[in-house]
Amino acid sequence: MTGNMANANKSTATAESLAKLQRDISVSEFFLKNRHLLGFDNPRKALLTAVKEAVDNSLDACDESGILPEISVDIRQTGDKRFCVAITDNGPGIVRNQVPKIFAKLLYGSKFHRLRMSRGQQGIGISAAGMYGQLTTGTSTVIQSKIKTSKKAHLIEVQIDTRANKPTILKDDELDWFPQFFPTDANGKPKQPITARHGTSVTIEMEAAYIRGKLSVDEYLKQCAIVNPHLQLHYRIRLSGPAPDEDSETSTRKAVPAKTAAGKGDATSAAPQATKSPPLPQPSDEVPWITFARAATTLPKQPTEIKPHPHGIELGILMQMLKDTQGKTLKSALVHDFSRVSDRAAVEIAQRAGLDPKSRPTHIAHRESEALFKAINETKLMRPPTDCLSPIGEEAIMAGLKKEIEADFYTAITRGPEVYRGNPFQIEAGLAYAKPGANADLNAEEPVRILRFANKVPLLYMGGACAINKAITGVNWKSYGLTHPRGSLPVGPMVILVHMASVWVPFTSESKEAIAHYPEIIRETTFALQECGRRLSVYLSRRRRQAEMERKKNYIELYLPHLALGLRQILDLDDRQEKTIISKLHRMLERTHLEE
Amino acid sequence: MAKSKKSQSVSVAAPQLISKRDASSRIVGVANTIHQDIVKKNARPRMRFPIRSLSNVKYDPKKGHFEILNKMSTRTLSYNTVKTFAQSMRLLATIKRDLLDKNNIAGKREVYYNSKSWGECRFDEQPESDSLLDDMEAMLAVNREQLGFIPEERGGEVTGPLVVIDRQPGSHEEIRINCEKLGTGAWSIPSQVEHLRFESKAKFILVIETASLFQRLVHHRYYETANCILISMSGVPTRACRRFIRRLTDDRKIPVLVFTDGDPYGYCNIYRTLKVGSGQAAHINQFFCVPQAHYLGVTPQDIKEFDLEDATHPLEELDIKRAKDALKNDPFIKHHKEWQAVLNQMIEMGVRIEQQAFAKHGLNFVFETYLPRKLKKGIFLP
Ligand SMILES: Nc1ncnc2c1ncn2[C@@H]1O[C@H](COP(=O)(O)OP(=O)(O)OP(=O)(O)O)[C@@H](O)[C@H]1O
Ligand SMILES: [Mg+2]
Repeated sequence: MTGNMANANKSTATAESLAKLQRDISVSEFFLKNRHLLGFDNPRKALLTAVKEAVDNSLDACDESGILPEISVDIRQTGDKRFCVAITDNGPGIVRNQVPKIFAKLLYGSKFHRLRMSRGQQGIGISAAGMYGQLTTGTSTVIQSKIKTSKKAHLIEVQIDTRANKPTILKDDELDWFPQFFPTDANGKPKQPITARHGTSVTIEMEAAYIRGKLSVDEYLKQCAIVNPHLQLHYRIRLSGPAPDEDSETSTRKAVPAKTAAGKGDATSAAPQATKSPPLPQPSDEVPWITFARAATTLPKQPTEIKPHPHGIELGILMQMLKDTQGKTLKSALVHDFSRVSDRAAVEIAQRAGLDPKSRPTHIAHRESEALFKAINETKLMRPPTDCLSPIGEEAIMAGLKKEIEADFYTAITRGPEVYRGNPFQIEAGLAYAKPGANADLNAEEPVRILRFANKVPLLYMGGACAINKAITGVNWKSYGLTHPRGSLPVGPMVILVHMASVWVPFTSESKEAIAHYPEIIRETTFALQECGRRLSVYLSRRRRQAEMERKKNYIELYLPHLALGLRQILDLDDRQEKTIISKLHRMLERTHLEE
Repeated sequence: MAKSKKSQSVSVAAPQLISKRDASSRIVGVANTIHQDIVKKNARPRMRFPIRSLSNVKYDPKKGHFEILNKMSTRTLSYNTVKTFAQSMRLLATIKRDLLDKNNIAGKREVYYNSKSWGECRFDEQPESDSLLDDMEAMLAVNREQLGFIPEERGGEVTGPLVVIDRQPGSHEEIRINCEKLGTGAWSIPSQVEHLRFESKAKFILVIETASLFQRLVHHRYYETANCILISMSGVPTRACRRFIRRLTDDRKIPVLVFTDGDPYGYCNIYRTLKVGSGQAAHINQFFCVPQAHYLGVTPQDIKEFDLEDATHPLEELDIKRAKDALKNDPFIKHHKEWQAVLNQMIEMGVRIEQQAFAKHGLNFVFETYLPRKLKKGIFLP
């Protein structure tokens, strides 16, 4: 910058000129520029994020409506760096009027304003995927949906007007359509197709890259199958060439030039350019479907919705709630808008804050609300109700691990509900330990594999920033018989699964990849892991004993023939007698010594 | 101190010579019991050995040697013993088939090398095969020589007025060895002494611990001056050396005097073993001991009387431990108050002395002054 202000009047802005530039920034524009916040920072991750947002929504919709989910993921490469992604579910479907906003308006959804455990929570996910597709290929999001009560299905194409954060409808047709699924058996042989009476299908074409490995769509779907045993999932990917193998997040990042729309943040860049909408992918026989078969037919427990607990609330939200409340008095607002506030507790809070319990909540001034906030946090209250949570459950975790990971020892634990910042949460952990060398995917010399889940959604990226990894690193795995280099992950042929269920999962960013480091969350995770660790160490020491027994047996087998040979030579025994000696001694020693 | 009773009566029995066939059938007996245990009783086989330690001997002054008691240790077949058990059977089979039945002999080291053909059952180090051989010997209650093992340890040099009548190997022709006419050398005691015969007019036998003092006495022809047979042991006497002295004194009725370093090892290990045998091979002590032996020196009292305090060494921890162990556990020491007094005196003085220490008063002091004075006084330890 030049230091001479007098000479700078030509090139420097004035307050007036700046004022012309100052205007509302729509959320769409904001996220368009900051798409890394939503998980679209590179083509490989974009593919995963799009699939993930759609599948999460399908699972949420099915769970909420009590439907056993049947979901298909169909990915087709349409160009060098272009993929078309179609996700179909047998969920309840979406009423016609809602479709445009759901798929082409950011921050529009059913889950943000309530405290209830679900996969989605922000109302951004699927519209962001559509916006990314629109931005990189100019195509629109195609939705087909049928609800139970109407005969016809709808086919709707939308784009997002990013400046206004509003949907633009390009097509709105009625048609005869039912969601269809193409299951195969364990050997890949096609089975009878399944047709559902209702459901939704969303198709997005986008710039993307497909690389196999730990950060791929395949891995995400596999992990989905682990924690959702009631889900039946059909997946296929049709590539125009062979898929590169790549396991490292960083090298993927490097390989992909940061080609974004940065610099032309103007809304027109995301406006419709291509008029030709992509043909919907038709199931074809060239590439077989892979079915992750359903392992349980019982639906997970329906979580109930709760009101916020006063101890978890922030001052700003408290003020907002006081403004919005239906309650006529402070007391009734506290009792009815929050959970766990009894009449007595409400009076106590008001008195502590120096407020009249009968005062009008809308009239509570800024300073008074601060006192109220303080009083709330100083008042002892019952912990929030926990039936709002639906953990996976120990049995289901074990079943899921067994289904997808070949190992020798499995264990799982579901901890009791706890609270962070007033939000109920629950931690579950599971272990699968393979005999060293028995499972090619689990190298005994490498760090353990970690499967992280938040509200049953696999988290693949940003492990290093996640509270789960921090808890795993902090547990003393050495005391359970594993190698554990200081400050890093333990080493061994093992998978660690951690699931956090909560009405609100505190992610470090909108792309929902890492859980923030709340001490309560880390502590609970640590307890769960320690319990798993203790069980592992029991197993490992039993295995060590077995190995010791095996070693002793081999040792004995080495010498018994010599003993018998000596006797044979001294006593002139025959072959049969010599064999009898060996077999008898064998039984005797096995009985008396190997079990010790 | 008690004056020695020179005419102690001692049995002159030769080691009970069992025939090769008897030895062989003892092996078959052991193997049979083991076989029966396995196939008939369905029980884990066991081997029983006399415990080879001082705790399993008693001192009978009438008999004059350590006698073995019947404390046995049992080795039952188990994970821990399976290798030794297998090695024992293979060793017994070898002894029976290759030594006894074929009338052959083998050295301990040859046994060790022979096991190299046993695969994983082989002995890794010779001490393993040596110790198992000791076990087998004790279990069968025979002397290892009778099993066909030639002891490799030799020991014992002899000079003085003695004629040994031996036979030439092979031809069995009798030959006479005059131990006074060996020049500057000495005659070595062979590993087998049972067949030797003796002629001697010597007044006594002087058994010496160290080779260097023996050399000095030979050099100055002390055997002529004192009319005695000189025998050097070089440390703890070997079986052959003990047996040779025993046969010589039994045969010629010549008293035996022992001259060692003045320390617990000299008293309790060297002298005691020569006189009454050891705890290790107690089953054969009867033949490998010299009950007639008496101890000449060097005693703690000698240190004082011969003004040798400044030629001593402080007792080391091991010496003190050895002395205290002997006072507590050695049946021989426990029987003789005199020996207890000697050990206690030594512990109290806190010093030990070597045979060579007499050189303080001149190189020849030991045979010109010390030995004559001790002999003249004629007081020896039992
Ligand atoms: N497949 C579907 N079937 C039924 N309803 C759906 C489906 N997909 C989305 N919805 C509805 O659309 C809303 C918006 O979805 P979106 O993914 O944008 O946000 P979200 O899931 O609420 O939160 P997040 O941004 O965390 O994903 C959801 O809240 C849900 O009500
Ligand atoms: Mg969503």
